[in-house]
Amino acid sequence: MQSTNDKFKVVGTQLSDAEKISKPSLSFWKDVFIRFRKNKLAMFGLVLLAILIFMAIFGPYMTEYDYKTNDLTNKNQPPSAEHWFGTDDLGRDMFTRTWEGARISIFIGVAAALIDLFIGVAWGGIAGYKGGRTDETMMRAADILSGIPYLLLVILLMVVLGQGLGTMILAMTITGWINMSRIVRGQVLMLKSQEYVLASKTLGANTTRIMGKHLIPNSMGPILVTMTLTVPSAIFTEAYLGFLGLGLTPPLASWGTMANDGLPALRYYPWRLFFPAIFICLTIFAFNVVGDGLRDALDPRSRK
Amino acid sequence: MAKYIGKRLLYMIISLWLIVTATFFLMRVAPGNPFASEKKLPPEIEANLQAHYGLDKPWYQQYTDYLVNVVTWDFGPSFKYKSQTVNDLISEGFPVSFLLGMEAIFIAVALGVLFGVIAALKQNKWQDYTTMAIAVLGISVPSFIMASFLQYFLAIKLGVFPVARWESFQHTILPAIALAAGPMAYIARLTRSSMIEVLANDYIKTAKAKGLSSGVITVKHAMRNALLPVVTYLGPLTASILTGSFVIEKIFGIPGLGFHFVTSITNRDYTVIMGVTVFYSIILLVAILLVDIAYGIIDPRIKLAGGKKGE
Amino acid sequence: MEKVLEVKDLKVSFQTYGGTVQAVRGVSFDLHKGETLAIVGESGSGKSVTSQTLMKLIPMPPGKITGGQILFNGEDLVPKSDKEMESIRGKEISMIFQDPMTSLNPTMKVGNQIMEGLIKHQKVSKADAKKRAIELLKLVGIPMPESRVNQYPHEFSGGMRQRAMIAIALAASPKLLIADEPTTALDVTIQAQILELMKGLQDKLDTSIIFITHDLGVVANVADRVAVMYAGQIVEIGTVDEIFYDPKHPYTWGLLASMPSLENDGNDELAAIPGTPPDLTNPPVGDAFAPRNKYALAIDYEEEPPMFQVSETHFAKTWLLHPDAPNVEPPDAVKQRIRKMSSNFDKPVLVKEGK
Repeated sequence: MQSTNDKFKVVGTQLSDAEKISKPSLSFWKDVFIRFRKNKLAMFGLVLLAILIFMAIFGPYMTEYDYKTNDLTNKNQPPSAEHWFGTDDLGRDMFTRTWEGARISIFIGVAAALIDLFIGVAWGGIAGYKGGRTDETMMRAADILSGIPYLLLVILLMVVLGQGLGTMILAMTITGWINMSRIVRGQVLMLKSQEYVLASKTLGANTTRIMGKHLIPNSMGPILVTMTLTVPSAIFTEAYLGFLGLGLTPPLASWGTMANDGLPALRYYPWRLFFPAIFICLTIFAFNVVGDGLRDALDPRSRK
Repeated sequence: MAKYIGKRLLYMIISLWLIVTATFFLMRVAPGNPFASEKKLPPEIEANLQAHYGLDKPWYQQYTDYLVNVVTWDFGPSFKYKSQTVNDLISEGFPVSFLLGMEAIFIAVALGVLFGVIAALKQNKWQDYTTMAIAVLGISVPSFIMASFLQYFLAIKLGVFPVARWESFQHTILPAIALAAGPMAYIARLTRSSMIEVLANDYIKTAKAKGLSSGVITVKHAMRNALLPVVTYLGPLTASILTGSFVIEKIFGIPGLGFHFVTSITNRDYTVIMGVTVFYSIILLVAILLVDIAYGIIDPRIKLAGGKKGE
Repeated sequence: MEKVLEVKDLKVSFQTYGGTVQAVRGVSFDLHKGETLAIVGESGSGKSVTSQTLMKLIPMPPGKITGGQILFNGEDLVPKSDKEMESIRGKEISMIFQDPMTSLNPTMKVGNQIMEGLIKHQKVSKADAKKRAIELLKLVGIPMPESRVNQYPHEFSGGMRQRAMIAIALAASPKLLIADEPTTALDVTIQAQILELMKGLQDKLDTSIIFITHDLGVVANVADRVAVMYAGQIVEIGTVDEIFYDPKHPYTWGLLASMPSLENDGNDELAAIPGTPPDLTNPPVGDAFAPRNKYALAIDYEEEPPMFQVSETHFAKTWLLHPDAPNVEPPDAVKQRIRKMSSNFDKPVLVKEGK
């Protein structure tokens, strides 16, 4: 083997070994995706969501019935091979109506979230970026508006404006954007004082560039989470309004109105309430766990 | 402190004024509203409305009259039933709703905090996973669905509880649970995450280094700090219990204010809708103000004068 | 002198997603009554883990003591349960943490935070505890202690909070005080005050101190003996004079050479140690410092060096002390300061395993 002399020869540093980066570097969103995929509950929610959306698209075509044709000879039928989810008091097929309702509920949820997004990002972004007086005034206005109890306002607007898809979305978003605007403002305020933004400013970047390159992309995370969590709350509001008798007008099917119709018959025809109810819960659940999972995946503190 | 409360009161009054104004004008544009000129009302109701709103006066006169009435705590007559005023409805229904609401708030806070603390202390163990799985289900089931399920299985099928009505303590249990379930799940999640954050703080290590037992550390050092966010949730909690009570009271046939409110919506009893909305808004805004003041007292870091967190 | 603490071959590891991190890999040292031992090292060298393990404050799991003994007054702390440790923490051994901004409970009055330990360990009444808390605040140099005792931490400045932390730590007159970088988060002028305070209190109370720091300048001020840690091991330990004026380990050379001092006139550059500490999930074969060591020998990459004893009190873990090793010259900054130590043995002696 080696002689003692060789062994005790000075060979010096071998920095390449010490400097090697042991973890492969990942882009931020790739990293987020990997962490999200490890979250079993969130993945379950995502799969559930995919199924629900698939059924909302194709479900209504899977039977020979449509959602609005009455069949008074077949009313209040329990679930069977003929009518998978039974029929309601006018003999309409509950399966078709449930998925028809899914379309409406998911549409309302997504539409409300998108409108909140646009107003909220604009309002919060401007307030946070301008700062000073503008910020003070804009956020004060938001504070006062948010002092109005949300559901009471929505109820009031529905009573006054009349029932319909458009009025419902309008009622939901009239103060719904405030939460989003606060989050965007907070993000922008925090980010704009970060050194890399200052550095970019020193290098002569203009407002549009700073907004587009630094502020918006870096606040995407919280914005996405808020959006994901707005959808279930809008679906909840729709169901709630339906349950109060302020939902969509018949024969349109929404989960809220179906549940409301089913309630008086709970004792004898429970399926008429249970099917819409279960799908309301499943949808809200799926969006909630996906939103939670996203938030956890985006939180760098949970990084290992 | 006084300055802070003054400032908050001012904002509250502005919010309230906005609500009252919005309600008043919204009601005027509502189809078939009581302020429309070509309406066919029973003469007694017409007379009531006339006496209260002065329907022959110009709209701005009616508006200022309405503001004055609200300030003097007079919400006006019903638009549908002659001998009834909104004040009657409130004094009849609100005590019931209040009792139900308090019961629900108690359940939500007590159990929510308990589950949250257990989950945080047993982080990533089965206790944690179980409580949090139940909690995420809890926030996904709207109160009215929870209520129908409870009513169907526990009352109709098993007969453990009365199906409906408001007679004894027994009757309050199911509605209170249905009302509390969602907020309870939310509080449990909030408590857990806040508790975990607090437990990672250096001062918990300091407390441990003093030789305090884990029980003392949990209660005196961790929980006190971890519950601060829960206190801020009490405002939204009140709102959620309140709006939840509309549907819960409808499902269980409880003669509370929520029940009357839902009935008035179905009947398009505009003046009742208007009055009750304003009343609820006042209750909510006052509750939120009280919670904020309480928070300022509990957390010594809050300098109430500025209304901002210290440091 | 009476031995207060004897740590033997302590090993601590942490279970993480990336694998098992061997944070402390066989650390041995002892501490006498009234003595101050400084533990010096870079971040991640295991110095904080070592000190927190002494009080068993590391979270278990994921942390785990995988071997060794911690003899405190002759009693091994390793097998003790959390419940048993309660009567030792705060009473026998106390700890001061790095950041006084976060180590005090923000919603509890400072006085109450001092009193807690007293009430628990000395079974005194609340009124007496409060009196004692005021005395302690006075002792650590906080003016107007009678009113300060009722204030919250946010009403204290950083230096005052650290003083309050010291008061908390000393409340039950512990035999051993562990200070984990107690001055790192403070302004330089405040640092000096806190160090003065600690020295003064040690003279008064005859406490032993373990002082964790990465700042050799602080060490010279406060310590009797110094232990240099690298990659979870003590690589050199000796009296302050031995470490400063006759260092044997190339890592200690590196630390000393990278320390700015007024004596280096503009000619000498500060010598940084190249590279970063190794990943302790997979500790390297041989000497963990070798890859960053310009004096590394071939054997350093193959075999872990043993401990050599240079004097009664001086030990170093490097192959350079082996009789067959070539004579290497330490960097200039170190060479300038080297003095002849009269207490040194004629030749370094190999220490047998277990010491």
